[in-house]
Amino acid sequence: MAAPRTLPRLDADNRFFWTGGAEGQLRLMRCQDCKTFIHPPRPVCRKCLSEHVLPEAVAGTGVIDTYTVNYQKWHPALEVPFVIARVAIDGAPGVYLTTNIVGCAVDQVDVGDRVRVKFEQQGDVYLPLFEKIG
Amino acid sequence: MMSTSEAYISGVGQSQVGIKLTRSPLLLTVDAIREALDEAGLTLGQIDGVSTYPGRVAAMPGFSPIGADELIDALGIRATWYAGGGEITSQLGAVVGAAAAVRTGQARHVICYRTVYEAAALARPEEYPVQRRERVDGNSQWFAPFNALSAATWTAQYAMRHVKRYGLTREQLAQIALTGRANAAVNPRALVREPLSMDEYLSARMISTPLCLYDCDRFTDASTVLIVSSGDALDEVACKPIRIAAMAGTVERLSWDQAEWMACYATGADLWKRTDYKPEDVDTAQLYDGFSFQAIAWLEALGFCGVGEGGKFIEGGQRIARVGELPLNTFGGQIGAGRLHGFGFAHEAVTQLRGNGGARQIQGDPRLAVCTSGGGPLATALLLARD
Ligand SMILES: [Zn+2]
Repeated sequence: MAAPRTLPRLDADNRFFWTGGAEGQLRLMRCQDCKTFIHPPRPVCRKCLSEHVLPEAVAGTGVIDTYTVNYQKWHPALEVPFVIARVAIDGAPGVYLTTNIVGCAVDQVDVGDRVRVKFEQQGDVYLPLFEKIG
Repeated sequence: MMSTSEAYISGVGQSQVGIKLTRSPLLLTVDAIREALDEAGLTLGQIDGVSTYPGRVAAMPGFSPIGADELIDALGIRATWYAGGGEITSQLGAVVGAAAAVRTGQARHVICYRTVYEAAALARPEEYPVQRRERVDGNSQWFAPFNALSAATWTAQYAMRHVKRYGLTREQLAQIALTGRANAAVNPRALVREPLSMDEYLSARMISTPLCLYDCDRFTDASTVLIVSSGDALDEVACKPIRIAAMAGTVERLSWDQAEWMACYATGADLWKRTDYKPEDVDTAQLYDGFSFQAIAWLEALGFCGVGEGGKFIEGGQRIARVGELPLNTFGGQIGAGRLHGFGFAHEAVTQLRGNGGARQIQGDPRLAVCTSGGGPLATALLLARD
């Protein structure tokens, strides 16, 4: 059973990110002029102010930059423990995603582990969770 | 003509500090204001400015129940300048704003306050209803869907980097809580008055690794007040004024996970660029410890030790004890004294510099103190001097 989650409200800026999983794609906003990735996504480049920005699919792999094993039941329905991690996204320098590492025991997670996206669909949202590679 | 006088802290005050208090948050604020006015020898009629963080937050009424404009109206203050908002460099940013106001002649005496009522609000949902969100937006959307629901889980990830990169141990991390609780035991207003042992710490349940129960502050009901006075108005002040010798603040990437590093590191470096004082001149440090690791990061950020050396710096606890070379969080910090939310650190810095610490007063003749707030993408540091 999927963990209870509070889902994001989709809007013009974030819809591509939260629905990319329908096509199996992790998508990030990118400036088409200076090639900077813009996350959180916005309709303007934070480096060069270009408005020529478009979502681009990235490989969907990354490296665990840091993590924590959460034991606190912040609400009664929460199943603990689980891993919250900050994943550095391959091919998108400077972009990190906060996510959950799934598919392994919580004590099998470490900084530097290579991970791949695994989407979890809840309604119209595809949450980019990650699992260890190999 | 613009005044360029210095800014000082005159009176400081604090209400009762507790859990599930029934006295209203406005009256707690008034209690703290009365105490601060008494110490400063000022009357309400001399107050012409008000500053707070984060102003009234309607969606989270216990988090910040009293807005600046409500306080001004309730007390009949004639304000020529006021501000209340959360979009500043953390809680003590309200003091930075007030200092800027008096230095540019916008006001002479500014009440700065932080009132928290989260424990009472949680206990009385009929008065303070919890607002349920069907969906999240803004910054929350990058955390809540992954059940990263508390700043504890965000701070824990910063702490874990120190564990992995620099070998920070639980025994080292424990010294923030142990020191705070030892100091809280001799602070009559502290929320928790019993000391904490290393065994108790090490056997506590985990909240979010490496942070255990005792690494986290908890909801508290209290109000803390500092009056910022212009150097041009010190002849009206009865207490020994404490000069704001330097101020610094930073906002990193607001989304905690996009920041390369905590904002305190830039703030700490900036603070020393704005003064001739050096870290070794500091007699006591009052450093934000909503989560224990934040105080370690601040020790590094302010140059008391190198980056990554914070764990070793506090090992054993002697150095940061009340009788140590750098007494830390002598009132108990937020972990011991309660979640006063940033303002407690400035209140204690002033108290120590005036020699008013009572049983917790540090030795010697302290003349310089640093106090901070913020622990993620926001940070503020104040250097306070008794001339
Ligand atoms: Zn660009």
